[in-house]
Amino acid sequence: MTKHHQFDAIIVGGGGAGLEAALHASKSANVAVVTKLYPTRSHTGTAQGGIAAALGNMEPDSWEWHMYDTVKGGDYLVDQDAAEILARDAIDAIIELEHMGLPFDRTPDGKIEQRRFGGHTANFGEKAVMRACKAADRTGHMILQTLYQQCIKNKVNFFNEYFVTDIIVEDNVCRGVVAINVADSEVHLFHAKAVLIASGGFGKMFKVTSNAHTLTGDPVAAYYRRGLPLEDMEFFQFHPTGIYKLGILLSEAARGEGAIFINDKGERFMERYMPTLKDLAPRDICSRCIYEEVRAGRGIGGKDYVYMDFRPGTINKFKSGPGGRDVTREHLEKALPDILEFARVYMGIDPMKDPVPIQPTAHYAMGGIPTDADGRALADNTNVVTGLYAAGECACVSVHGANRLGTNSLVDLVVFGRRGGKAMADFCKPAGFAPLPITAAADTIAEFDRIRAGRGSERAAAIRADLQNMMTNYVGVFRNGPDMQKAVEGVRELKARFKNIKTDDTGKIFNTDVLETFELGCLLDLAEVTAAAALRRTETRGGHAREDFQERDDANWLNHSMAYRADDKRDAAVTRCDIRFENKPVTITKFQPKERKY
Amino acid sequence: MKVHLKIKRFNPEKDSKSWWGEYDVNVDPTDRVLDALHLVKWYQDGTFNVRRSCAHGVCGSDAVRINGQNRLACKVLIQDIVKNDGDTITVEPILGLPVIKDLIVDMEPFFDHYKSVMPYFVNDEALPADGRERLQNIADRERYDQGTKCILCACCTTSCPSFWLNDDYVGPAAVVQAHRFIFDSRDRAAEERLKILNEQMGVWRCRTAFNCTNACPREIPVTQLIGEVKKALATGEIR
Repeated sequence: MTKHHQFDAIIVGGGGAGLEAALHASKSANVAVVTKLYPTRSHTGTAQGGIAAALGNMEPDSWEWHMYDTVKGGDYLVDQDAAEILARDAIDAIIELEHMGLPFDRTPDGKIEQRRFGGHTANFGEKAVMRACKAADRTGHMILQTLYQQCIKNKVNFFNEYFVTDIIVEDNVCRGVVAINVADSEVHLFHAKAVLIASGGFGKMFKVTSNAHTLTGDPVAAYYRRGLPLEDMEFFQFHPTGIYKLGILLSEAARGEGAIFINDKGERFMERYMPTLKDLAPRDICSRCIYEEVRAGRGIGGKDYVYMDFRPGTINKFKSGPGGRDVTREHLEKALPDILEFARVYMGIDPMKDPVPIQPTAHYAMGGIPTDADGRALADNTNVVTGLYAAGECACVSVHGANRLGTNSLVDLVVFGRRGGKAMADFCKPAGFAPLPITAAADTIAEFDRIRAGRGSERAAAIRADLQNMMTNYVGVFRNGPDMQKAVEGVRELKARFKNIKTDDTGKIFNTDVLETFELGCLLDLAEVTAAAALRRTETRGGHAREDFQERDDANWLNHSMAYRADDKRDAAVTRCDIRFENKPVTITKFQPKERKY
Repeated sequence: MKVHLKIKRFNPEKDSKSWWGEYDVNVDPTDRVLDALHLVKWYQDGTFNVRRSCAHGVCGSDAVRINGQNRLACKVLIQDIVKNDGDTITVEPILGLPVIKDLIVDMEPFFDHYKSVMPYFVNDEALPADGRERLQNIADRERYDQGTKCILCACCTTSCPSFWLNDDYVGPAAVVQAHRFIFDSRDRAAEERLKILNEQMGVWRCRTAFNCTNACPREIPVTQLIGEVKKALATGEIR
């Protein structure tokens, strides 16, 4: 039996963007958050080092500088009207979080303390600036907890462990979502005037990743399967400092506090590549420099990793601490407790005594569901889908362009979650409920019946492992045409194998066997779009570095890509069709594209 | 290396009571227990279930009982608990919450206790006129730091003998959350929270067994924080 619910506004996802939207929308609308996890399990909670805003609490700063850094960090593929909103709104949004009780670290005079982060500079690139507001190295955890606490206070409705499978859109009007209650596999229809997607990223298409097991982009795949476009999917960020082999993130805050990269010869190699910002250059650049060192045989022991060195002795020797000042072990233990513990628990290394082996790890999707600056989801280059919104990592506003700056993910989800929540509340006031199609749940039921009945020979885990290996090997930090062609064809072969799935669990109660298989299907669609979009873009820009096209090509590629499924089918199953691409112009206001040097 | 996993299984659709599932898996000594559980689920028996998400000890999903102790399955390495090839690792659901299936327990009673202590910031006074942050000095910020680390994994509450005896007790996690706000100089609802914790199923149910402190994967001194709440109630002073 399909169960029905009706709310003014449904928010899909209980992370930072979803909870910001829920808090603001619930001031005037009847809101429910539908999330496949408990909200406090969301991946916002793993964000470590900080959230940027030009508060100027430590030294002079301005939102224009933050905007400039964001645009340049994104290799000029950023929509500058949106970047201006990001940098301006960040200040209010962070003050608002403090007013909600968020326990930011404090300066001696009681203000929010700030630290340096990659690519954030004073006076348009002159030197690193202290802009990242933080709570030790658990800033995302404190944002997630604070927002969840305020949602409890404001009596926001939650449907926890409800897995959204489909977005109901007909005649370009969103009418709600379809979800499965994980506890008993019942199908639920959520009828709404407005829906905001805040489902986070989909980094589980890669083998070495900082992303949680649950980051599979299900509603993003649903958006695509409904014939709607995905923007800039070729741009995926590889964070330079994942723990070797495991991919667990060690925050850029470490380098903000003075940590540096070291190669096999003991050299601080970033000095050679980026003489001004050095180890605090943006992530895409650091990741490439690490692999340049590895290729030149200067990886540690000739292998495919380098060291990040946090030892106070090293930091003080190279004068890489904030403002060139010396740092102490006590200070680092206080500033970076969690990441020091990660190295101790997972590597058995004490970073106060030994350098830590690191390698780039798949971290963040710059692309996703295209939106305007109020979170309204786009059906094409100009028209919105009525009543449909998106915010956070799943969305592409685009404020990150070709490469996101550190801390700007938290800024993005707070700023645009808030704006999206307000916009949907305003939309809900005069709007009525568009009728639900009678067959709204039929596609979900069909796909889940198919998976549950799977008696084939292919285990989802094996297909997933093959996908992750392929994406890491062929669509990674450095890319080239033949490899990406292999990835596109390879994903299509995996989709064929996906038809022959083997399901063990035929029950109803907490059937994660079926759900993980559905998640894999979502990853297959998103990986195909990612690989195909990357193959199509014949230039190097930001996080998309091609060995066969090594220059940025503004004449041909200073535009966003929009990927649509090429056939006329609209359902909740894995697509089996070509991808149709279009270009969308980049909005340029204050900063003309220039060569990107640090 | 090879390890033998002994996992407490229960599927209410099939089983009248729980049973031990036994599995051999090949792992690296530096793998997490969660990796071993995944090998069972992904390659041996897809009906087996455990909650998990971040897999590095931050999201709090995978609290389970490993060799009789409450731990996060993603924060215990095989080499930390196994000496020899073929050794057994026992994994059970955490105690005191109803089992839904295999290692998955019903978290609703846990979150209900959490919500009962007003786990949110309260201050209705006028905001600073300059539109900026409320000021808080470093010492005042430090005063409630420990409690802010809590990830609501339930390792502490489900290791507590008082909670096992009576699940109406709010439990250590809820007290930690209350402490985080009671001792925050910016907050204005300490008295209301203390009143809640002074009730029969409040903080006085704690018998200082210290199980909670030992169980906490975030190394929060839980028993100490509970003691500070008791002291605030006994003395009427929040320090």
